[in-house]
Amino acid sequence: MSKPRTITPKPSDIYFFATCVVDQFFPGAGMDAITLLENQGIRVHFPEEQTCCGQPAYTSGFPDEARKVAALQLTLFPQDWPVVVPSGSCAGMMKHHYPTLFADDPVRKAQAEALSGRIYELTDFLVNVLDFKPEDHGQDCTVVLHTSCSARREMGVHLTGRKLIGDLAKVTLAQQDHESECCGFGGTFSVKQPEISAAMVEDKLKSLKATGAERVVSADCGCLMNILGHAAWKDKQEGRATPSLPGEHIASFLLRRTAQ
Amino acid sequence: MNAQPIHFKPTEGFRARSKAVVDNPFLRQSFRGAMDFLMSKRAAQFPDSEELESLRLLGEQIRQYNLGKLPELLVRLEENLTRNGVQVHWAETPDEANAIILGICQKHSAKLMVKGKSMVSEEIELNHAAEAAGIGALESDMGEYIVQLAHEKPSHIIMPAIHKTKEEIARLFAENVPGVEYTDNVDALIQIGRNVLRQKFLEADIGLSGVNFAVAETGTLCLVENEGNGRMCTTAPPVHIAITGIEKIVEKLEHVPPLLSLLTRSATGQNISTYFNMISSPRKPGEKDGPAEVHLVLLDNGRSQAYADEQLRKTLQCIRCGACMNHCPVYTRIGGHAYGTTYPGPIGKIISPHMLGLDATANMATASSLCGACGEVCPVRIPIPELLIRLREESASAPHANPSMRGQGAGHDGLTSAIWRAWAAVYSSPALYRTVSWLGSRLRGLTPRRQAGWTSVRTPIQPAPKRLRDMIKERN
Repeated sequence: MSKPRTITPKPSDIYFFATCVVDQFFPGAGMDAITLLENQGIRVHFPEEQTCCGQPAYTSGFPDEARKVAALQLTLFPQDWPVVVPSGSCAGMMKHHYPTLFADDPVRKAQAEALSGRIYELTDFLVNVLDFKPEDHGQDCTVVLHTSCSARREMGVHLTGRKLIGDLAKVTLAQQDHESECCGFGGTFSVKQPEISAAMVEDKLKSLKATGAERVVSADCGCLMNILGHAAWKDKQEGRATPSLPGEHIASFLLRRTAQ
Repeated sequence: MNAQPIHFKPTEGFRARSKAVVDNPFLRQSFRGAMDFLMSKRAAQFPDSEELESLRLLGEQIRQYNLGKLPELLVRLEENLTRNGVQVHWAETPDEANAIILGICQKHSAKLMVKGKSMVSEEIELNHAAEAAGIGALESDMGEYIVQLAHEKPSHIIMPAIHKTKEEIARLFAENVPGVEYTDNVDALIQIGRNVLRQKFLEADIGLSGVNFAVAETGTLCLVENEGNGRMCTTAPPVHIAITGIEKIVEKLEHVPPLLSLLTRSATGQNISTYFNMISSPRKPGEKDGPAEVHLVLLDNGRSQAYADEQLRKTLQCIRCGACMNHCPVYTRIGGHAYGTTYPGPIGKIISPHMLGLDATANMATASSLCGACGEVCPVRIPIPELLIRLREESASAPHANPSMRGQGAGHDGLTSAIWRAWAAVYSSPALYRTVSWLGSRLRGLTPRRQAGWTSVRTPIQPAPKRLRDMIKERN
């Protein structure tokens, strides 16, 4: 588990590693994260050549394929700037698994270790590096926060999302039962074991809805894809035209709340 | 008759068995309630997270220290047990272990064996083998007694009958125990069981038990239990046979207290178990009780395969507390029987392939979202998610010479490998990725409406009309 580390002074430049899921499926979340960071007076660099952290192949038991993809990402961050990732899961892959993945490749292993120290999950970066205190300009509302298992257990950053929402004056953070339990996504798990994954996401949605929150926010788009995909499916099944539990990435939520 | 045949393939029918449970709201609720209860009991034992982490670190170090010296410690254990008068037997396979135990029974013309709780005896399917040899094998742990009456297997390594309600148990007793009326009063049910068992302890020719820790330097077998049946099994009958896996060894007596504390607090949320038995010899001249003969059967059954690999060896750190099951969102959804293995849940997924081969268990490792809850609570810090990934790799890779696991490559499939190779080709080439992801966003209208298991309870995944990189370009 990583201890929060503070870079002083505040960095003037950072790299943004969007993740393949954000680039292709949740681009709005990525754009909002970039804007949020830029609003803090930081130059955000988006290396055009970035693709995916390699986690899907890694967790599926294809380390050679994961290595091939990870090797590309290793070359994309030449300056000694923080690399901010809007996903605990992909950040965890880059921070904790890259050094192991390249254990037999001394050159890349050294690169991976150097990169590892610069990887930040977005909410961790906002709270522990930027000391970001969002000023709330929105209406009263209640939200519920889902934290990904990787953010919680691999990155140890489950408190930062909570803190950011807690800092919003007019937002009430609801508490769901079994908060720390997995939503059932797990990448290929959701396709290889669809029955178990379905049971997990059903229970997760029930817990989230039972809080009465107006929306769910999360710092991981994998979980959102799963939870919101199930919520939309259920709405359709039950003939609802408007989402019974809308949701979004925490970056989008924070950006909207802090907009003047 | 209450055992699955040994050559049963757990992965066959795994999805169907899981589905049967997740589709049953009553079972779902019942497992959830039971696991919530066990999780809260454990949490109450570890109010101080720093103390917990330092104790887990100590537990891990003790287990790794002892595994590091395993071959030498096994020799010392045998020497010291032999000196104490305990007869030591070595079994490489379940069949060998059964043959040793039944051989001892036959030497004593045994008719009845009473058993304390032992997962290793489940692993070798001893009850099955004993019955086939005409020897009665009676479970004396209350949970084990219940599943034996029901002709089932344990669904949890600590709470064997956790899948049963008190009403089901009440019916089971009324139908199977002579002279018993239906009652769902839990205390009354326990008394019924105890009355049956007490008589059997006196009649039994053989007492069988497991072992939680075998101490090499003193030649001592430690047994943790709550019901006193373990003490009865190991003291009342004239012969006591203990059986354990070769990994349960510690060098020194001083290694036991931290592991014991971690075990009882993690397993049942107890500060200490009701009984803790230390067995170092048969009855000595002048002693008033205890068996005339004590035997220990040390079982390998695939453990030495795990041992041979530095990473897989961590599997053997396990002290069988079951906390990984209690905290597993998959186990909570499907219960223990769906796994089809002696050891269910996260520990089952990582240990069973060594016992049964990856070919019989290849897809077990896919039944995990890698959420990490198991690794987080493991009292000896087994990196279970990391081991699951390793097993996925061993299963998916093409079969090769000198594999580190039996059945390596069993889940290998040319098409899947080709898909991952193509995936890597695209995602390791910025130009290809740009093209493919651009096509995805342009052709999003053609995204299939049915996407394998995903769309069974979710709307389809569809690429956004514009990628993040397009949005950035447009903005600049």
